[in-house]
Amino acid sequence: MIAGNSAGVMADTSADDRYVEVQGLVKLFGTDRAVDDVSFSVPKGRFLTLLGPSGCGKTTTLMSIAGLHSVDAGRISVGGTVYTAPAEGQFMPPERRDIGMVFQSYAIWPHMTVAQNVAYPLEIRKIDRAEIDQRVHEVLHLVGLGTMADKLATQLSGGQQQRAALARAIVSRPRLLLFDEPLSNLDLKLREQMRLELKRIQHEVGITSIYVTHDQAEALVMSDEIIVMSKGRIQQKGGPREIYAQPVNAYVSNFIGVANLLKGRVVTATSAGRGEVEIAAGGRTARLPCLLRAGMTPGTEVVLSVRPENVAASRQNGGSACLEGEVIEAIFLGNSVDCRVRWGDFEWKVTAHPRAGLKAGQKVYLRLDPEHTLAVHP
Amino acid sequence: MSRSTNVMVEIEHLSKHFGAELAVNDVSLSVTEGEFVTLLGPSGCGKTTTLRCIAGLERFDAGEIRIGGDTVAAPARGIFLAPEDRNIGMVFQSYAVWPHMTVFDNVAYGLRVRRASGAIVRERTTRALEMVGLGHLADRYATKLSGGQRQRVALARAIVYEPRVILFDEPLSNLDAKLREQMRIELVRLQHEVGITSIYVTHDQAEALVMSDRVVVMDKGVIQQIGDPQTIYAHPANTFVANFIGVANLIPGVLLGRSGGFCEFEVPLGEGRAPLRLRALGAEDARERQPLTLSLRPEDIKVHLKKPNGDAGDNLFEGEVIETVYLGSMLDCRVKVGQHEFSVQIDHYEQIDPHQKVYLSFEPDHGLCLTA
Repeated sequence: MIAGNSAGVMADTSADDRYVEVQGLVKLFGTDRAVDDVSFSVPKGRFLTLLGPSGCGKTTTLMSIAGLHSVDAGRISVGGTVYTAPAEGQFMPPERRDIGMVFQSYAIWPHMTVAQNVAYPLEIRKIDRAEIDQRVHEVLHLVGLGTMADKLATQLSGGQQQRAALARAIVSRPRLLLFDEPLSNLDLKLREQMRLELKRIQHEVGITSIYVTHDQAEALVMSDEIIVMSKGRIQQKGGPREIYAQPVNAYVSNFIGVANLLKGRVVTATSAGRGEVEIAAGGRTARLPCLLRAGMTPGTEVVLSVRPENVAASRQNGGSACLEGEVIEAIFLGNSVDCRVRWGDFEWKVTAHPRAGLKAGQKVYLRLDPEHTLAVHP
Repeated sequence: MSRSTNVMVEIEHLSKHFGAELAVNDVSLSVTEGEFVTLLGPSGCGKTTTLRCIAGLERFDAGEIRIGGDTVAAPARGIFLAPEDRNIGMVFQSYAVWPHMTVFDNVAYGLRVRRASGAIVRERTTRALEMVGLGHLADRYATKLSGGQRQRVALARAIVYEPRVILFDEPLSNLDAKLREQMRIELVRLQHEVGITSIYVTHDQAEALVMSDRVVVMDKGVIQQIGDPQTIYAHPANTFVANFIGVANLIPGVLLGRSGGFCEFEVPLGEGRAPLRLRALGAEDARERQPLTLSLRPEDIKVHLKKPNGDAGDNLFEGEVIETVYLGSMLDCRVKVGQHEFSVQIDHYEQIDPHQKVYLSFEPDHGLCLTA
């Protein structure tokens, strides 16, 4: 067991709440604002993911924290130590930042054994042999490579090499772990398994972690908190459930999971955050009860966001609250059936149970759950 | 889509050794004209070898293969047609689309190599491009195409010879997840439009379910089951198929008897706990006390946070949540019941935590007992 940074113990002081602090970060590439006024903090021991498509600024933010390049404005501190702050003339070189990194490429030395690879960061610190051996043994066991210590790195599979890279990143018990899409070279099945493994290991060692990915499923499974980025800016920050179930805008809704998105206009609004939105699609109109975000009033232009699993399709007419449509495609996936249902000129994406027996050509009635029908900002 | 019932590809008792190893073991299959059939299985199951035997890229030891009624290979009779004489098209994993050529030239290339006349090249290439919906992009360079369009070029190149069958060897496995999912649907739409008989090899069960008219599940050189996707998923022939297709809870039990069309069986839970008594379909030919395996899909298990009322003895049992994984559209849970673990899916709005006690139940006709 790695004793490092208070394994499993939740941070309780306010300093620990803002263990990593990024304020007003700006990074220009030419005139392009790759990172455009980004601020966030990470509590000690937590796992934060920066999520977004390529070019959104997530990797540039990570590299700024690592000190692999300078920044144009802003301030980065970890555990109260300033790492980067151009306005104060501060820039700590990367090798002094005490950060462990795991990249997409495994960066494992082929001519060394697994144990030698993992021992390397300790050897350059001139720690005594007995302690090195002890710590390497512990950390290899933790990442599931206990029996592989004497193998050459080249004899490992991709998944095992990534475990070795992780072991090397955590063996020196750094203040912070940074991950740059570490799983994206692995095949799907292995990737799914490694997500859970990585999360378990991070939880056990308790080292504060920042993880960059473009894979929303990975972010949902692994993170304590997610920051969704687009065009250098933060779109939303929250826990996985919050990001998925309460996206602030159409961008987040579309990027995380699958959503039906229709333009509409608020027609009624109550103080309790409920109301009705009118939607139209190719001659069809409907008024749908839904949840509103703060500040939305009658007349506000919104986008209605509904997840496919929150649309119930039935062959029986459920009354006036239902939308009548036609199944134009039903794709059998085993545990579910992905349907497209035409309503006017809009195609609803609907996830149905395989036993519901929906087929292309059928007339169906869609019912939207008002508790999970969201009006979001366009 | 009405389809003729003409058999287009017929494989009879195909066997193929690699050294002492029997890579394909007595495989028989017939594929109807216009049908999309997938050979599915883990690596080493014999699917690719079977495909290569059909293509003529591999000779085999015993059996016979006919395409459109013509015998193309039958070692016992000394018949072996070269691949180019079999009138088949092939689409491989890499698109192998030439970047320095236009879409038209890419598709026409094979015909020109075969010294077809200019008029025939023009006519057939144009027709193939129309069929895959690329007629308007004939003059574009291949580098200017999206992944999906390149896949269409690869398909056009395979159909330009007007083959009787197209063989696909994991054509999508190099693509990233999102594009792969789009392309599955795209490719199957195209195949339906073009209407050409297709045999498709993949190790990806999701791909097989989405795309196929029929799926041939293989393991260790032997066909385990042939059926349409729904049948393979809902009525797997054995535990290999149940486990390979989708996620299945496979729970060992012992048959007690039969009543009302269901089998009644017992699932031991380990020391100190009374066994579960459950009912499900299947195990028709089993004898009393014979071991069996319950196959139960996660989406067919209901999860109750409180003990439900009603007929509590009926396929209802208690368990403890040991892990939850939030996937957005659902919550994947593992629930420990005695010495067994069940994988279940829960509505993602529920808040369920490890160590929580829950009750699981399933409809007797949603569970299937397997004896093989």
